[in-house]
Amino acid sequence: MPPTSTKTAGAGPVAHLRRGRPRRGSARVPVVLAVPALLGLGFLVLPLAGLLIRTPWSSLPQRLTAPGVLEALRLSLVTATAATLLCLLLGVPLAWLLARTTFPGRRLVRALVTVPLVLPPVVGGVALLLVFGRRGLIGGWLDETFGITLPFTTTGVVLAEAFVAMPFLVIAVEGALRGADARYEEAAATLGAGRWTAFRRVTLPLVAPGIAAGAVLCWARALGEFGATITFAGNFPGRTQTMPLAVYLALEQDLEAAIVLSLVLLVVSVAILASLRDRWITTP
Amino acid sequence: MTELLDAHLVVERPGFTLDLPLTAAPGEVVALLGPNGAGKTTALRALAGLLPLHGGHVTIGGRRLDDPDTGRFVAAEKRSIGVVFQDYLLFPHLTALDNVAFGPRCRGVSRQRARADAAGWLDRVGLAEHARRRPRQLSGGQAQRVALARALAVRPDLLLLDEPLAALDARTRLDTRVHLHRHLAEHPGATVLITHDPLDAMVLADRLVIVEQGRVVQSGDAATVTTRPRTDYVARLVGLNLYRGRADGTTVELAGGFRLATAEPQHGEVFVAFRPSAVALYPRQPDGSPRNTWPATIVAVAPSGDNLRIELAGPIPLAADVTPAAAAHLNLTPGARVWAALKATETTTYPA
Repeated sequence: MPPTSTKTAGAGPVAHLRRGRPRRGSARVPVVLAVPALLGLGFLVLPLAGLLIRTPWSSLPQRLTAPGVLEALRLSLVTATAATLLCLLLGVPLAWLLARTTFPGRRLVRALVTVPLVLPPVVGGVALLLVFGRRGLIGGWLDETFGITLPFTTTGVVLAEAFVAMPFLVIAVEGALRGADARYEEAAATLGAGRWTAFRRVTLPLVAPGIAAGAVLCWARALGEFGATITFAGNFPGRTQTMPLAVYLALEQDLEAAIVLSLVLLVVSVAILASLRDRWITTP
Repeated sequence: MTELLDAHLVVERPGFTLDLPLTAAPGEVVALLGPNGAGKTTALRALAGLLPLHGGHVTIGGRRLDDPDTGRFVAAEKRSIGVVFQDYLLFPHLTALDNVAFGPRCRGVSRQRARADAAGWLDRVGLAEHARRRPRQLSGGQAQRVALARALAVRPDLLLLDEPLAALDARTRLDTRVHLHRHLAEHPGATVLITHDPLDAMVLADRLVIVEQGRVVQSGDAATVTTRPRTDYVARLVGLNLYRGRADGTTVELAGGFRLATAEPQHGEVFVAFRPSAVALYPRQPDGSPRNTWPATIVAVAPSGDNLRIELAGPIPLAADVTPAAAAHLNLTPGARVWAALKATETTTYPA
């Protein structure tokens, strides 16, 4: 019996030949667009240039090594890193829940998670005070039961930064999870992997780049946090005074010190931008 | 022979119900053959435990795995199954070796033993030297073999293959089919193979179960199915003209009153089947031994192997195979009117 006319392979793909490429750059830009575009560019770049121009380069080494600066920088790096770890610990499972399961009110939860993105950070700080403050809903209980005080401590700084930065991580990781093929998890299940094993050995490695990118973004946001931190944790040098707070304070007393501190933050931000360039910044 | 797999799969979807009894003995390869949308993949997912049944049951090796009546459902990770997915789904971040070792690791085997075991499986599928490669560095045929090794490494009672050759090009498909055949023959457990390719089904399977619209329309070994199709779909797959009618001796009256003379006497509802190459075409009414002649109109002409497949309309829809030389002689173009002739001895008649 001859196998018959069940052909699965169709005719070869028809080659769509494109004649010429769309020419770029040669189109004339209308003045109504060109002028605001250039103004916008200047608006974004000039302040940064101003920062560089006004930097007291000659006294930079002394100023950088001044005790307050290094202390603030160290505190900023430590709290931003701790906040990022906290966000990873809580945010990745939350992102998994949003991406992989269905439960009533999932859309509402998703909306709630993004609220800190649009909420003014100062409001976030006030809200944190109301819950974790010494008379707050949870803070009061923590204070009475364990003698733990959160507001106006370094831990408070970490909480404030995590509150503001976590949505960045959750949204990045949720996107990565949605982009990852859930059938890999099914394949893992058929090989005997329970859901936790499948998550740990298959899902997590698959979305690792997304988690890394989300973590860097989250860290950058935490590093720059100002409003929630000053509201919830105050401004105590060495304890809660992070770089942005130090810049603000310095501005009132010593302009050059503020410039130097700003420069340090600028350098850190540009370094992050460079590390993310390939993944996030390049346009398709 | 006691059945290793005993299942009755009932899955309901809006506008579609799968209702499929399915059994397989140890060492047996059963092919689920059917058109797209017949419910084959749904059946596989239900067997694997990736989809709960709405009715019926799944029993493998005497262990009840899914039974909606009692509320029993054993999840995929607790079943003794191995699945080769259509696009393999090899874990991209793991080497071929670690992909194969994944199953044994999940079942509590130590890392060292799982890796040694995996190396053995890769050797068996002829990929020992590719153990350190990642899936993206493997060709389609190699990826298929790794997927097979990964599924077999857990020594499943039931091996499930979802269109195992569909993603391969024609040349690789030929080699891989032979290779797959050898491994399926060695597999001591039962195998259920899902395919829409009749050649894959006939080469690889001991028994064919043909599914259309969620139901079994025919089952049997390759020889029976290919010579005695029972639906238009199967007839098309195996390349036969198939009609249903009422037999009275060696005459079969088809729907619409057309009568065919046949060789074997039958009575009652029957199928009549004959090969397209058994049909002869003439420009004028022939005068000779064939007992069946009728006028027909050409609808389409297409190449079929070394011959031309002519689709004809008339009292019955008909496919005929003619040589290119004969076609040139007859001026076979769509719309042309010809006479078809069929010897009664070329027909097969069997009860419906």
